[in-house]
This record gives sequence, C-alpha cells and structure tokens, in this order.
Amino acid sequence: MKKSEKIAGNVANYVDERTGAAKWLKKNLTKVFPDHWSFMLGEVALYSFIILLLTGTFLTFWFDPSMREVVYNGGYQPLSNVKMSAAYASSLHISFDVRGGLLMRQIHHWAALIFMAAMIAHLMRVFFTGAFRKPREANWLIGVGLVTLGIVEGFLGYSLPDDLLSGTGLRIAEAILQAIPVAGSYLAFFAFGGAFPGHVFIPRIYTVHILLLPGIFLALITVHLMLVWYQKHTQYPGPGRTEKNVVGYPLMPVYMAKAGGFFFIVFGVTAFLGAVASINPIWLYGPYTPGQISAGSQPDFYMGWLDGLVRMSPPLETHAFGHTISWNILIPGLIVPGILFTGMALYPFIESWMTGDKREHHLLDRPRNNPNRTALGAMSIAFMLVILINGGNDLIATHFYLTINQIMWFTRIGVFVVPPIVFIITKRLCLALQRKDREIVLHGRETGRLVMLPHGEFIEVHEELSAEKKYTLTQHEQPRALEVPDTDGRGVRNPQGIKGKLRARMSQAHVEQVSAPSESEAKALESGHH
Amino acid sequence: MSNEISKFQDPGLPAHQHRKSDTDPKAEKRAEQQVAILFLISAGGTVLSIASYIFIKPGKFVFLPIMGDVDAHQLFLGLGMAIALLFIGFGAVQWARRLMPDEEVVAERHEFRSEEVDRKDFVNTVKERAGVAGLGRRTLIKRSLGLALGLSALTPLVLLRDLGPLPKKQLNKNSWEAGTRLVTDPGDRPLRPEDLEVGSVAQVLPALKNGEERTLENIGTDAVLLIRLRPEDFQLNPERLSWTHDGIIAFSKICSHMGCAVALYEQQTKHLLCPCHQSTFDVTRAAKVIFGPAARPLPQLAITLDEQGYLVAKQGFTEPIGPSFWERSS
Repeated sequence: MKKSEKIAGNVANYVDERTGAAKWLKKNLTKVFPDHWSFMLGEVALYSFIILLLTGTFLTFWFDPSMREVVYNGGYQPLSNVKMSAAYASSLHISFDVRGGLLMRQIHHWAALIFMAAMIAHLMRVFFTGAFRKPREANWLIGVGLVTLGIVEGFLGYSLPDDLLSGTGLRIAEAILQAIPVAGSYLAFFAFGGAFPGHVFIPRIYTVHILLLPGIFLALITVHLMLVWYQKHTQYPGPGRTEKNVVGYPLMPVYMAKAGGFFFIVFGVTAFLGAVASINPIWLYGPYTPGQISAGSQPDFYMGWLDGLVRMSPPLETHAFGHTISWNILIPGLIVPGILFTGMALYPFIESWMTGDKREHHLLDRPRNNPNRTALGAMSIAFMLVILINGGNDLIATHFYLTINQIMWFTRIGVFVVPPIVFIITKRLCLALQRKDREIVLHGRETGRLVMLPHGEFIEVHEELSAEKKYTLTQHEQPRALEVPDTDGRGVRNPQGIKGKLRARMSQAHVEQVSAPSESEAKALESGHH
Repeated sequence: MSNEISKFQDPGLPAHQHRKSDTDPKAEKRAEQQVAILFLISAGGTVLSIASYIFIKPGKFVFLPIMGDVDAHQLFLGLGMAIALLFIGFGAVQWARRLMPDEEVVAERHEFRSEEVDRKDFVNTVKERAGVAGLGRRTLIKRSLGLALGLSALTPLVLLRDLGPLPKKQLNKNSWEAGTRLVTDPGDRPLRPEDLEVGSVAQVLPALKNGEERTLENIGTDAVLLIRLRPEDFQLNPERLSWTHDGIIAFSKICSHMGCAVALYEQQTKHLLCPCHQSTFDVTRAAKVIFGPAARPLPQLAITLDEQGYLVAKQGFTEPIGPSFWERSS
C-alpha cells in the first residue's frame, strides 16, 4: 500500500505541476454517479462504439474498397474463378484467408447491432423517465442525431462488402434518391457517378463510413458525455434523493472499476457472439449483379422498419405534365420517417409547451406517474413494431405458414389501429398501477398470511410499508392542467385562440392522474380502523 | 383536500449496511481471492486464444448444437478472447462490489440559472458589445455580409458538381433494339423456342455486338425474364398478344418499383414476385400489378423469331426500365 500510494502521489503531483488542475481534478475524481441498471444502456452504446472503432480499424488493413473487376482465387472454393468486385473479393479474403479475420468481421457486425439496440434502449429509458426535460434538451437532440446517423452508418457498413444482398440494398437506396421530385435523377447520378451501380459508389461510401461519420460520432459523443458530466446525472426518486443533490458512488475508484469492468464485459459478449454466431455470411450470397437476387432479402433490424413501411405502401404514382411522382416511395421512404424523427427530436419542446413547465428537472419520473407520456412512447414503439413485422413478412410467412398477403393486410390496417389501442391500454395500465401504489401505501402490503380471529373470521395480514417505500411511491408531483381564461382583462373572448385551447386540452390529457395518497389520508384511515 | 401540506415526509437516506467483507477479515480475504481467480481465468482465456491462433489450422470444423459446423480455428480464437475479456470485466465489477467502499455519497446540485444580478450583467454586456459592433445600425454591412456568407456556401455545392455526369436521357436507355437476339445469362447462348418448356423460366440478356463488353450497368437495365405458358393462358389485348411468341412472353426483370430483380416465379399461379417488397405481377395479364407497392406493370419486350429460328426482340422496350423518376413521362 505504502509504495502504491507514493506512486499515486507522484503522478498527481506531476500532472498538477504541468496543468495546475489539482482543484478541478480532485473535484471530478470524486464526482458522484447515481447507480441504476438502466443507466448502463447508454454505456453499452458507448462501449460498442469503441469496439466498432477497434475492429473496424483491423478490417481496413485488408479491405479493398474498389469496384474494379477481379477473378477470385482464394480460400473459398465454391467461388473460385468467379468474376467479382475487389471489395467483395477482399471481404472473402478477410473471412477465409486472414486468421481471425472472420472473427473480427463478425464482432464488428454484432457490435454494430448492439450499438444500435443499445442506443434505442437508452433513448427509450430517457424518454420514459423524462430525463430529456430541462436542462437536458440539447442532449436529447444530440441523441436523436446519433441514432439517425447510426442507421446511416450501419447501412453503409453492411453495403461495403458488395455482395448480392447489400447490392440489392444499394439498388433500393438509389431508387429512393431517384424518386425525389425534380432533382432525383441528378442526385442519383451524382451519388453513383452515373448509372447504377457504376464504379465509384463503394469507395465513396467507404470514406464516409470509416472517416466522415465516425468523426462526427466522436464529436457528438464527446459533447453528449461532457454535458452529462457538467449537468450531473439524473437520479431516480427515493428517500434522500432530491432535485438539489446527487446520490451515488464516487468516480474513483468505484464507478471507474464498474464502468471499466463493464466495457470488458460488453467486449467479451460481442467476442462470444462473433465466435459462435455466424452473421452476414456474404460468401453464401455471391457477388452483386443487378440481374439476380436471393429470396428473403432482409436489411438489418434498424432498417427493417423502413423496409416494412415501403412494403406496405399502396401502389400510388402520379403521372402528369410529362412527369412522375412516386408516392409509393416518397411517403414511406422519406416523408413518414422525416415526420417520425422530427417529432422525436422536438418532443421535449412539445411537452414543455403542453405542460407549461419551464423548471429544471433532475429527479426522474417513474413511467407510471406520467401516463400520457408513457402511453405516447408505447404507442410509438407499437407503430415501429407493426411496420417492423411487415419488414420481415416474407420470413414470417415461411416460418409460420401464413401468406404474405395476410401479413401485409394485417399490418396495413394494424399500423393505424394498433398504436391508438396501445395508447389507451398503456394509459389505463399506468393509472391502474398508480391506484395500486395508492392502495398499498394506505393499506399496506398483502403478506399472504391468513389469520383466524377468535370469532372465526379469517383475515389476511397486511404489512405496513416502510417510510422509505411510502415516500418513494408518493413523492411525485400532482400537476394541474393549464387553464385558458374565457376572456382576458379587456373583455376579449378566447384571447389565446385555437392554439390556446388546443394547448389546454393537451395539458389536461397530460396531467390525468390518480391522486397520490397523503399522510393525512393515511392517518384518517388509521383512526377509522382502531 | 390539499395533498401538498401533508405529503409523506422524506425519511432521508437509509442507514448504511455493512457487507460481510467490510466487517469480517476472513470474508474480505475470500472476496480478494475470488477477484484474483476471475482475473486468472481471464489470463487462461488469452492463452487459449493465442494457442488457437498458432496451433489450430483454419478449415477444421467442429459441430456446435444449433449453430451447426463451425470453423474450429475462429471458434476457439473467439472463445478465448471472449473469456479473456469477460473475466477481466467480472473481476473488476466483483472488486468494486465486494471490496471498494459501497457507501453512497451525496453531492450538492445547484440550479443552472445564475443569480439575477449576474444575469442582468451578462445581458447588458451582450447588448453593449453588440452595440459596439454596431450590427443594428450598419444595415449595409449586415446585408452585404449576409449575401457574401450565403454565396460562399455555394462553393462546396459547385465543387461537388463533378461527382457524376448529368443524367440526360440515360435513364430512358437500354440495349434492346429490333432484331437483338435473346441470349442466356449466364452462357450467352442464343435461344430457340423449343429450348423452353411450358412452365419454365429463363433469364436472358441482349446478345453482345462484336467487341462489346457487358457491364453491370447494362445488366441493370437489360435483364429480361422469359416465361413460357400455354398460349391459351394469356389474357392479353391483341397488340400485347402479338408481342409474345407461341406462349413465350418476355418482361424486364428489373422491378418497376425500386429496381430489384423480380426473380420469384410461381408456376402454379403464374405470378412473378419481387423479393424486396413483394410486389406481385400477373404474367397472364401483361405483368399487371396485383399486390404490393409497385404502381406499374413490368415493361414487356416484344419478341419474335429471326430467319435462323432464334428468339429476337421485335422492337426495343417502349418505356423506360426500372424505378420511376421525375422526368419519366408515363
């Protein structure tokens, strides 16, 4: 101990004499981080990004991002003497002739899937707990940006090997570009350097995939984390936790060990998946040619919803004045995703407008205590799941002996019907859970112990909750709906117009709650009992 | 009834409970050993990984349940790596949980909003500094600066112009013209009607002229699907019927929706299905869309026989191939 303390002291001294950061570092090395399993979701995303950088760098040492035609003569016999692009040939080379190459490819792909899944789970956690509220709106926006870029980055990544499956994905991307009114054909020709597929697209997206987007990711993630650091992490409500404090473990050593250890666990899990679970076996698909395709063509899951939307679109096209507008591509490919992501980005501002709440929030909401928000979130997830199901309609059809038509019609109707139903059910569920909280605070927890009273009556013993538990279940706010005066001071009727009425209506829906029990209610009940 | 005045009071942080390893030196020793064992397992993982890299030759397969045959070299390399990484993680987390102080600490948090005085001061400074710059007064400078900045943003756009050629009429073009022979893909063999049995399908391309090479761009517009039905199966108007030959009908293989290859032919129903978005085309009715998002039938290629009895195009396609675009007129 003595020796290591001395070394630590020397290091601290060395750093301070060159930066004068002693005070700042002391404060930040003991910075407090609240502990909760749901706070690890963002960490998983961060760590899988680091894994992507490491494994991706390894892959660049052998990958040849070129569409020049070569004849394959490598370790994979079935494709011997087949003409293919250098990109595809080098992907095969990595998979079969570079030791550990296939493992790295598979870890890279699994890490990409985990990166996206973790970002989405993290986004849901932030949404359902209200962590996006003031002062964290900027970080929400950065997060939405990261998810959006993640989808693009993932798509470009699995397009690079230039196999039959990914080439088909690029063909679809080109068709979306081409469908944009007025500029479409120009954009497509500029992007692909001429007619599809051309000879320049793989090298171009390679630069974007390994340089441009990772750079933007790094910058955005840095700002994201700096904001978390500076604004301090939110915490769940509970005894001793207030808007004015942070309760948790100090960065050094507890949080460092846990977070550092967790990085290795995430890396270990992706390595395990890469070792045992084959993913994107490009050698089975063959090289890309526009005249061929494999059945069951599926994008990765984070693109699947988009594909499902395109699949369910009605066959609408307008032909007028010598021009064509493909609604069957524009609506599902650009307009609906645009509305979804814009709505998601703006949600913190919409909610604060609805509730009129401009205060800072550092205590998280329990999702049940904000039924409207939770229902909105569940509704959005339901929408995504319905269209994701349609994205896999061909595989679902073959696995469950259904017809594609049945699934398509189920999702075409379901996409309008299911989300509202989910909204209503979720809201009712939240209110029911609130009622249950109220019940156990006032009447205690059912113990399952039956007691026979002297006169023969059976009762179940209820156990009173601890003071800590009671506080946790009742601490949430009971906001009131905004009210719009009928007339203002000068007698003008309906002074805020339709906007004001809409806002009042929305805020009314937003504050719907079961009133939390108060101590006086509990006391009144108690005196009644005895 | 007002809830606010009589809310349940915050009882404060619960008292800290010591772990066994905090109070019992034996338990502490045990925890220490546990952590060390986890780290040692990790070291074993690295050894396994390096040994697999050196000693297991690629191409040897082992059977894994569910996963099937897996290359032993990459499997053990990966498993070793996974063990090495996972157990460093497990060890570190166990160390933190069992041996590092587990008492929760409380730190203060302050509202981000500054004191009123500071805010006013700040706002005044901004106003005053803006006043010094005179942005409000010097409209000429402001407007010309706006113009200059706006225009300078055009440069990168202009610089990107050479990314590709202008589309011109390119999207309307393909290699088919009157008299072009239909040749097999792959193989480039010309086809006679008797090469196709009723119910069969063939992918064909236009025969290459001397000295020409086939590019992927060509295939992207030229790929054609040849299907043979019984002549009485067709429900076509006389013009389209004259585009077929003895039950053989030819369609562009490139989907009119998003350009995928429409490769799935159902012999029983005589439907063509695009695997990308499930647009379904009825072959007997000139590839009419009967299901899915495609809005137009697949373009039909008129075919006939040449003097030697080989299948040829009677004329080129009468409409552009593939997905829609703005300049497309129908």
